[in-house]
Amino acid sequence: MSRDFEWPEFVFLLAALRWTVVLALLAFVAGTVAGLVVALARTSRHAALRWLAIGYIGLFQGTPLLMQLFMVYFGVTVLSGVRIDPWPAVAMAFTLYAAAFLGEIWRGAIQAVPRAQWEAASALALPRHVTLLRVVLPQALRIAIPPTVGFLVQLVKGTSVAAMIGFIELTRAGQLMVNVTFQPMIIYPVVAALYFAVCWPLSLLALQLERWMDAGRWLARNR
Amino acid sequence: MTYVFQFGIVWDHWPRLLGGAWLTLQMSGAALAIGLVLSVLLAFGRRDGPRWVRLLIGGYVEVIRNTPFLVQLFILYFSLPGLGLRLDAAEAALIGMALNFAGYGCEIVRSGMDAVPQGQVEAARALGLSPMRCFRLVVIPQAVRIAWPALASQAVLLMLGSSLISAISVEELTAVTNSLQSTTFRAFEFYFVATAMYLAMALALRLLLDALHWLLFVRGRPAERRE
Repeated sequence: MSRDFEWPEFVFLLAALRWTVVLALLAFVAGTVAGLVVALARTSRHAALRWLAIGYIGLFQGTPLLMQLFMVYFGVTVLSGVRIDPWPAVAMAFTLYAAAFLGEIWRGAIQAVPRAQWEAASALALPRHVTLLRVVLPQALRIAIPPTVGFLVQLVKGTSVAAMIGFIELTRAGQLMVNVTFQPMIIYPVVAALYFAVCWPLSLLALQLERWMDAGRWLARNR
Repeated sequence: MTYVFQFGIVWDHWPRLLGGAWLTLQMSGAALAIGLVLSVLLAFGRRDGPRWVRLLIGGYVEVIRNTPFLVQLFILYFSLPGLGLRLDAAEAALIGMALNFAGYGCEIVRSGMDAVPQGQVEAARALGLSPMRCFRLVVIPQAVRIAWPALASQAVLLMLGSSLISAISVEELTAVTNSLQSTTFRAFEFYFVATAMYLAMALALRLLLDALHWLLFVRGRPAERRE
């Protein structure tokens, strides 16, 4: 006799959705710090740093997320000799993944700040780090916000891949519920709807932010 | 405790890995072809269709883009049989990949169409081309040229994303790697090599698409006017 998909089963999915959100937020916060380093390296004056960042971004954008997860999971196990829990491995893998994508997004934002801003700051004898912190990054931040929110959607969806190494988040919880209720016809669409409920508002927000940005630019041009 | 890397064992199983990679490329190629056709049809419907078609396609695009590919595959493979529609793993994977690609491709092609100057359409119509011929001969070629770089990126993402079809037991590169590492206990070596193979395939695909873009749209044409 199998269970039906009722309220307790739905609550189980909701509880698992919490881990999806926690994982995405954790990777986003840690990835923000690491991604800033990647973006700065990518736009650095030193060729070696630039190439290092190009290689890092290329590696993460040119391989499947699932493989990155396996590599970190088994890589840490092999190199340290201890078998680690899925939690730290998954958190680390998603952080590295987020850092590469955010780094690339922010490289674009930093390079979109007009060259003249650097030159003006230099003419005013501002040191390079002050120029970066007080002149360039504040402007880059504005440009970067819409695509960054867009990436958050990609990150939330991406956490579903963690189900493949047994990490219990929404997708894995859906699989577990299917195993006890034998009702994939109801459960997977419900899982999809829960993801949609998280991702769609973020997508709309990203779109809205982009429109505001465009409006701002249009006003600046036509003043 | 130190781990001794043994890449020799990967070499022993090289033909199986190559077979997996070949299936990855075949699935991706087929899904790309179907997905591109779907993208154009959806973009056309979303731009010029009646209101209910536009809304329907808009909804489709939002659902595809705001749910994980893995869950989409599960619905196709595990949920649909409940409605009496039983797909085998390869069919579900192919359909899933094509439908997912089309969700993104539709928007890319549509913005490409929007970027074709209206004057081109008016000129073509004034010369007596039927709406269909105008669309096929004037709008589509230019829209594809404009949309190409974004479509190429999406094609690479499609190929990389295909690693997830291993979850519904399609024996492509990731699934082959999974089964090899579980019988040889050399997880790191196998995943390392498989990751490198994906990277090589992604770079090759990118180069191929860039070369095609150059052959089709750049070679022998005057330098484009920049706005």
